[in-house]
Amino acid sequence: MSAAPPLLEVKDLTVQFRSGNARFDAVRGVSFRIEKGETLALVGESGSGKSVTALSVLQLLPYPSANHPSGSIKFKGEELMAAAEPRLRAIRGNRVAMIFQEPLTALNPLHNIEKQIGEMLFVHRGLGRAAARARTLELLNLVGIRNPEKRLGAFPHELSGGQRQRVMIAMALANDPELLIADEPTTAVDVTIQAQILKLLKELQQRFGMGLLFITHDLGLVRHTCDRVAVMQSGLIVETGPVADVFKAPQHEYTKRLLGSEPKGTPAPVSPGAKEVMATEGFKVWYPIKAGIFRRTVDHVKAVDDVAFRVRSGETVGVVGESGSGKSSLGFGLLRLVESKGPIVFLGRDIQALKTSELRPIRRELQIVFQDPFGSLSPRMTVGEIVAEGLKIHRIGGDEDARDALVVAGLKEVGLDPETRHRYPHEFSGGQRQRVSIARALVLKPKLIVLDEPTSALDRSVQAQVIELLRRLQRDYNLAYIFISHDLAVIRAMSHQVVVMRDGKVVEQGPTADVLSQPKEAYTRALLAAAFDFKADETGVVRA
Amino acid sequence: MKPVPAYPKFLWWRISPLTQRRLANFRAHRRGYWSLWMFGVLFFFTLFAEFVANDRPLIVKYDGKWHFPVLMDYSERSFGGDLPGPAVYTDPFIRDEIRKKGWAIWPLIPYSYDAPVRNLSGTPPTPPDWQNWLGTDNQARDVVARVIYGFRISVLFGLALTIFSSIVGIAAGAVQGYFGGRVDLYFQRFIEIWDSIPLLYLLIIISGFIQPDFWWLLGIMLLFSWMGLVGVVRAEFLRARNFDYVRAARAMGAPSVTIMFRHVLPNAMVATITFMPFILSGAVVALTSLDFLGFGLPAGSPSLGELLKQGKEFATNAPWLGITAFMILAIMLSLLVFVGEAVRDAFDPRKSAVSSHVAAEPQAAPAAAWPPQAPPANTPIQAP
Repeated sequence: MSAAPPLLEVKDLTVQFRSGNARFDAVRGVSFRIEKGETLALVGESGSGKSVTALSVLQLLPYPSANHPSGSIKFKGEELMAAAEPRLRAIRGNRVAMIFQEPLTALNPLHNIEKQIGEMLFVHRGLGRAAARARTLELLNLVGIRNPEKRLGAFPHELSGGQRQRVMIAMALANDPELLIADEPTTAVDVTIQAQILKLLKELQQRFGMGLLFITHDLGLVRHTCDRVAVMQSGLIVETGPVADVFKAPQHEYTKRLLGSEPKGTPAPVSPGAKEVMATEGFKVWYPIKAGIFRRTVDHVKAVDDVAFRVRSGETVGVVGESGSGKSSLGFGLLRLVESKGPIVFLGRDIQALKTSELRPIRRELQIVFQDPFGSLSPRMTVGEIVAEGLKIHRIGGDEDARDALVVAGLKEVGLDPETRHRYPHEFSGGQRQRVSIARALVLKPKLIVLDEPTSALDRSVQAQVIELLRRLQRDYNLAYIFISHDLAVIRAMSHQVVVMRDGKVVEQGPTADVLSQPKEAYTRALLAAAFDFKADETGVVRA
Repeated sequence: MKPVPAYPKFLWWRISPLTQRRLANFRAHRRGYWSLWMFGVLFFFTLFAEFVANDRPLIVKYDGKWHFPVLMDYSERSFGGDLPGPAVYTDPFIRDEIRKKGWAIWPLIPYSYDAPVRNLSGTPPTPPDWQNWLGTDNQARDVVARVIYGFRISVLFGLALTIFSSIVGIAAGAVQGYFGGRVDLYFQRFIEIWDSIPLLYLLIIISGFIQPDFWWLLGIMLLFSWMGLVGVVRAEFLRARNFDYVRAARAMGAPSVTIMFRHVLPNAMVATITFMPFILSGAVVALTSLDFLGFGLPAGSPSLGELLKQGKEFATNAPWLGITAFMILAIMLSLLVFVGEAVRDAFDPRKSAVSSHVAAEPQAAPAAAWPPQAPPANTPIQAP
């Protein structure tokens, strides 16, 4: 008896990009297979070629600047590599569907939900308007969108991130695909929504027996949701096998490193006599909503509403919450980058009422590191200039040479080669850029640094290094941190105190160990379940 | 990391890799690149118009003495005449004197833009011949000479207007975009009102009081042309003021002026520089049309608009005037537009031609370009 061909079989796939005369092999001889009803996780850090691999399955790469020097992609025994375009179109979105990472950019902003989903049905099945509408409603019900009749006319911007991702899934499922390719489907959504989406995908897979190619960088997620895993590193699959085996006994060095890169440890304890660096109470950031010709304030968006905490030197206060919870606004408000109300007592002095010019000397001791290492460095200044700028503004270090010496020392402190200071930011990797951001804050010898999601845009292994660096700097310089993050694992590794925020309000706050191990509030529990166990909490606390 | 490559320098400017890529892109745009060279040569050539087309010799050796009539005025007595007034070198008497007692080197085109040509073959305007390559106009002035001087004044006027209106426009746009809010609101309303004042009527009225010269025209046009760039620069500043690196500079205590010039302006410059060649050609057209209508430069100035006007008046019996003016304008504006296109393409981040850095660091570049980076997940709400 000859076995049926596997659902998807990729053999020796190579993807090469050309730019001028330069050649770059993004994927180098990758082979894997997926059976019916199976979930294969393709895991790797950014730049490892996992998305490129997924896109080449449907031949969606930007040809001819991308090409395949070798390889074969067989879908149920049918060769897709270099297949004719009409044949590929019949397969794409019909028998093999794809979900993208960013639901906002993957949905057409000018089409409503009915049209977006209806198009899939029209193109592949030639359904009429009424039939398409019925099927669309069925699909929206299936992916758990409440009141689908009312949502049919909604445009993508009217939906929340989780709802958009559900609509994407509905589109992908429209024609009952046999294989679903999910390219980081939950990276752009909050953890609680991630848990719901994962649950939904799992249910749908069991119901329809789909094969699922799941691309992700998140190992914890793989462990909870996938059957087999293939680990990719710079274009190669270095290890592949059942999830349980790979996680229990990783063979390859790289897999071991990835598994070991989960944020670990706890911060050094704060000395008992540490003095208070910053304290606030009743802190509010309200953005006015203006209306009418005269732009009168009619209402406020209460981004931060009545928050109180204090941070001592050498201490980290972690602020955790989902997007829109007001945690970044809190950080900006405390640095007086946005208007706020309520006292900000910094080293015993209320800086809330100070004028811009009075505030300037204090800014030196009050620094910030941003989330996006690509956006926070001016692309037209060399790294040396970026780090030296604060020194210049605050007239530290006297002449050019003395300042240069300080810049060199600062770059060494964060683990960068000082010779790189004549280079421009685009030549650095994400982790290196984040180190530059930290050096920029650090050369000013601040007392307090607000860290606004400093590790969120980084790969796990780089994340671990940055956390290690931040902890060392805190120890060495007795720095106070306000650490803003949505990532509970990072918060646990970094902070002494934790503030859980939701919709601008504090849900729960206290010592990290207490809050994360014995949460009192239902929301905190739901957050923890979603983040560490990828479980969707059904108590109705979490919104979709 | 690898050892640091020394960035190439141009004079004292360090050329960043980004600039290098743009220069490479510009060079790769062959039509624009050659247009820039041709325009540059023409402009350089006409900048020294006095040495190219003039009714005075460049050098005269007379009676054993050196004279430089292009640079200095000499009286007729220096060349054996009787009158104390300045020497007229086209005068047959002076010519004979010089020929007898020395020699003279004349410019390539021995006519100036303002003096009538002597000994014409017919009544002006005369058609092109071996003496006057493009003929003469209705006041017997050599057309080649007038075109050379006219090209120079047009381009200089265009450049001056472009530079000044860019300075004013960038400053205004920067202030509006950076501060936003009320400043922006009132400034925008002011621009809307100011923009609706008709320039032409204003010029007609003003020319009733004064005879506008180069600087007057420049000033009046400047009053209205600075608004072209405001929208672009304002938009760039509105966008960039919420960038993280601008916020980082604010958190560092950098004053507004520093932030505007060091951090935001370099971004706005791309849009500005892309616009500049088009502003330049617009300014040339504006000056030409004013001259054509008779509200431009004072009478007698070498102007392409004036030549165009003569071309219209003598369209049937002296077609060479109109054809010349048309060709010169068409060539100049086409060159400028081609250069502008090349500049626009060179600054376009989506067009990446040859890049030295892709070759040098193959790992970094394509990985960054593909797959496209997702925007940061949670951008905070901005205070309006």
